[in-house]
Amino acid sequence: MKPSREVGIVGYGAYVPRYRLPASEVSRVWTGGHGGVPVDEKSVPGLDEDTATIAIEAARNALLRSEVDPGDLRSVWVGSESHPYAVKPTGTIVAEAIGATPAVSVADWQFACKAGTEALQAAFALVGSSMADYAMAIGADTAQGRPGDALEYTAAAGGAAFVVGAREQSLAYLEASYSYVTDTPDFFRRPYRHYPEHGGRFTGEPAYFKHITAAVQALLEELGYKPTDFAAAVFHQPNVKFPQRVAQILGFNKDQLKAGLLAGQVGNTYAAAAMLGLTAALDVAKPGDRILMASFGSGAGSDAFSFVVTDVACERQARAPSTQAYIARRAPVDYALYTRYRRKLQMQ
Amino acid sequence: MNVARYWRTEKTRYGLVGETCRICGEPIFPPRDLCPHCTEAGQDVRTFGGKGEVYSFSTVNDAPAGYSEYTPYTVALIKLQEGPLLTAQLTDVDEPDVHIGMPVEMVTRKLKEEGENGMIVYGYKFRPVIQA
Repeated sequence: MKPSREVGIVGYGAYVPRYRLPASEVSRVWTGGHGGVPVDEKSVPGLDEDTATIAIEAARNALLRSEVDPGDLRSVWVGSESHPYAVKPTGTIVAEAIGATPAVSVADWQFACKAGTEALQAAFALVGSSMADYAMAIGADTAQGRPGDALEYTAAAGGAAFVVGAREQSLAYLEASYSYVTDTPDFFRRPYRHYPEHGGRFTGEPAYFKHITAAVQALLEELGYKPTDFAAAVFHQPNVKFPQRVAQILGFNKDQLKAGLLAGQVGNTYAAAAMLGLTAALDVAKPGDRILMASFGSGAGSDAFSFVVTDVACERQARAPSTQAYIARRAPVDYALYTRYRRKLQMQ
Repeated sequence: MNVARYWRTEKTRYGLVGETCRICGEPIFPPRDLCPHCTEAGQDVRTFGGKGEVYSFSTVNDAPAGYSEYTPYTVALIKLQEGPLLTAQLTDVDEPDVHIGMPVEMVTRKLKEEGENGMIVYGYKFRPVIQA
């Protein structure tokens, strides 16, 4: 897919909470320390953090890099599976906090881990159709896993925001995108239920791998590119192995993955995961670099994007804290403190 | 906090939106009907930059209703770079690391939740500065 008006990323911003739960803590409590772990540690939101606060900080960082007046944003779209309210938009809180109200379209998006890139696709379309000069798309989550479940090792918190604008103002312009979606119930959460259900190994081949490979292969074919044309590739990262394996299947190497593979240090930040990886890749990108991003959302689908970094990227990188600066700001917690921070204790 | 009061003060709480006195030019936070410096009416809206330093602080172990789930937490007087002194919680910092003069920056966080059926109250807190 290509918009009729050429568009790109004008500003980007990341946020990762301060606290970390080592995977060894989950293993210590639930398996006696036996067995492998899918990540080294995961980010844990503080007691005063939720998807709205995470989205606000990522959005402020994106605005700092873009130097766009928030009043000129025509969309603030927040993708998440952990919106703080069941009924009441997260986006209105974010838009008010960053000064984007009232001449703005606000909506909360839902598509499991690709809710944020779905919003990003729409933001490119909004600017690409000339309905707006600037649009903001955010992916943010505070994911929960059932105690002792495989997801508890990885379900994490973080956010990434992008200001989309015309190509000539972009730090990375969009070459094309592709979305690949089928009805595949690999992971879901019913209303009023606190924790999600998942299909175990079914989340792999027919879900994650099928959808990402299909989306990326179609995008590469459409553009006439091969994996070696890219300086960096970022995939949805529910753990460390899945993105490494899908990269191998598609023909990307470990060097291309390095800048944007954060799951080992922050876990699976769900709607933020691929977008947060992209912010880390943009932090170290050089003009002319081509970057691939492919998300995955259970249910299921993948959005793939190809970007080319422009000459103004280096100047904008330093205007806000880097993604790695947030990752380095770590305070480890043990399982007991984690249960308090994630409100897993029944108080009444 | 009732809905009307929440709505009326949300810009101030979310993003440090205050005022500049049209008469004496002094920065004002939070917004007031009369300037606390020259007592005249008439102010322009301004958004403060969010940078400042800890002027004084104390740790709360016995919290008022609505805040007990966050104890222990640190409350500080923050001297904004633009001048006003305000009271706010510190976040993302361990109490032994807090000191007078510590550079801090504003973040928007949850202040409290009004029960399972009530509103989530968001507002400003301050944390140690993360360098760009």
